Amino acid sequence: MWNVAFAELRKLRRPTLFFGTMGAVVFFSALFSSLLFLLIDSPQGNSDRGRTVGREVLGLATGGVQGFSNVGGFLGIIALCVFAAQTAQEYTYGTLRNLLVRQPGRLRILLGKFLAMNFFAVVMIVLSAIVSIGASVILAPRAEVSTDLWFGVDGRHAIFTTFINVTVSVIGFGTIGMVLGLLLRSPISAISFGVLWLLIVENLLIAVKNSWEKWLPGAQLSAIATGGGPTGRSVGIEYSHALLVGGIYVAVGATIASLLFVRRDVAN
Amino acid sequence: MSNTAISVTDLSKKYGDQVAVSHATFEVPLGTICGFVGPNGSGKTTTMRMLLGLITPTGGTGEILGESIKHPEKYLPRVGAMIEGPAFYPALSGKENLNVLATLGGFSTDRVQGLLEQVGLGDRGKSKFKTYSLGMKQRLGIAAALLPNPKLLMLDEPTNGLDPEGIQEVRALLRSLANDGTSVFVSSHLLSELELISDYLVMLRKGEVVFTGKMSDLMLSQQPVIIAKGANEDDLVKLLAIAQQAGHHATIRDGAVHVQGPAQWAVEFNRAAFTAGITLSQLTPQLPNLEETFFEMTGDK
Repeated sequence: MWNVAFAELRKLRRPTLFFGTMGAVVFFSALFSSLLFLLIDSPQGNSDRGRTVGREVLGLATGGVQGFSNVGGFLGIIALCVFAAQTAQEYTYGTLRNLLVRQPGRLRILLGKFLAMNFFAVVMIVLSAIVSIGASVILAPRAEVSTDLWFGVDGRHAIFTTFINVTVSVIGFGTIGMVLGLLLRSPISAISFGVLWLLIVENLLIAVKNSWEKWLPGAQLSAIATGGGPTGRSVGIEYSHALLVGGIYVAVGATIASLLFVRRDVAN
Repeated sequence: MSNTAISVTDLSKKYGDQVAVSHATFEVPLGTICGFVGPNGSGKTTTMRMLLGLITPTGGTGEILGESIKHPEKYLPRVGAMIEGPAFYPALSGKENLNVLATLGGFSTDRVQGLLEQVGLGDRGKSKFKTYSLGMKQRLGIAAALLPNPKLLMLDEPTNGLDPEGIQEVRALLRSLANDGTSVFVSSHLLSELELISDYLVMLRKGEVVFTGKMSDLMLSQQPVIIAKGANEDDLVKLLAIAQQAGHHATIRDGAVHVQGPAQWAVEFNRAAFTAGITLSQLTPQLPNLEETFFEMTGDK
């Protein structure tokens, strides 16, 4: 399994993928955090979907990680794309047969790839945290937001819990991407389906009936990233509920995809 | 310890009602080069995939290097394979692609440069795979198959896309590997290539094994052929009739009459043609080559 993980890391570190992804992470992390402070007095709001996060909220111990927490869902979408592409491309390039000849344990292949992609995701999250919190620290004085509580005991606890929440959420999104990659066996199909579902279909469904948000996978994973409570499209999903329902989606999807992967003939 | 590299009995694969491989039974002795031939769609690649644990047989049993094909993890570390063409990550260099596979299999990456040089890619190892020609891709596939220093090498059409020089190099490489004790199981549509290098042969037609055994046994079992041409094109039909009247099986192929019969009958054939007023422009007794034998046995031409 470790050999598979190290082999996968060799693929993940190729410059176009690594720097391309990390570049996007830096850009959007900086953007999400900057807008919180630069648009603090804007009547259109300074957070997603026109919400306003005021000085009093940003001045709390959790204020420093507000931007990081907001970008969590977006990091999830990036993880979904990377996990889906890295998994499905083995089918489209025909390289799966090479992998299975060198490592016939199919579950080991899956676990090794999953481990390596999780490492990639954690690097992405750490980078995002540094950029988001860094941008917040730089922009807070200009927006007249107090940073006194951000790095106290409560502030450090907030950074830690947000990091864990974002990590759980991103890995959840990534796992869904991997499941789609295994089921659809095409990077384009897997990414298109995943992104369309998360960004459009779920929002439409929630617009039709608000209570459905408590049962949709993307909404649960986004709620985990923000630690529960209201998000742009949500009036609030309890953290424990999001963790349970999101976990069930991920576990069921991963189980079905793993069983198929282990049993399916590799005929291409 | 088993003295066969590959041994399969009644190996079968069905997709719904479609039979891909039907009760294939054959053995490949250790340390030999075994040619695996058959028309397109005859089940060669499916058989190789079953032997490598990529697809599950619907029936039959098999052993590779003495281990059941139900447990590929027991023999695959000693097997190198290239199935259905070379498949690599286009954005990685040839060397990095081999490094990925070496890391995956737990082999030292120190071998990679040496293997690239062995297949003639020593100076192109840092180029991206997507920039390789078909021949270079094929060479990289062979290098990947050699990564585990295999006891058994399974190659599916390894000379596809190679120029004559490359084909000759692959032929020499396979011979040298076999001389060092590696068993080679190789499929190719270039039957003349297999004829030159194979010790053993497994012939498939429509998923069924039609011949398995030593190449020399197959060739010796074939009747010699006398190939004759008249000075005029119209003479072919007359020559065909002469051969058939003498009780020989004869056909017209590629602008000549092919008569199955002993080489010494050529003298009588020449005399009979002369009597019939035919001047022969060619009269050649020869043993059929593998291609002719293959078509004869599979009835595909």
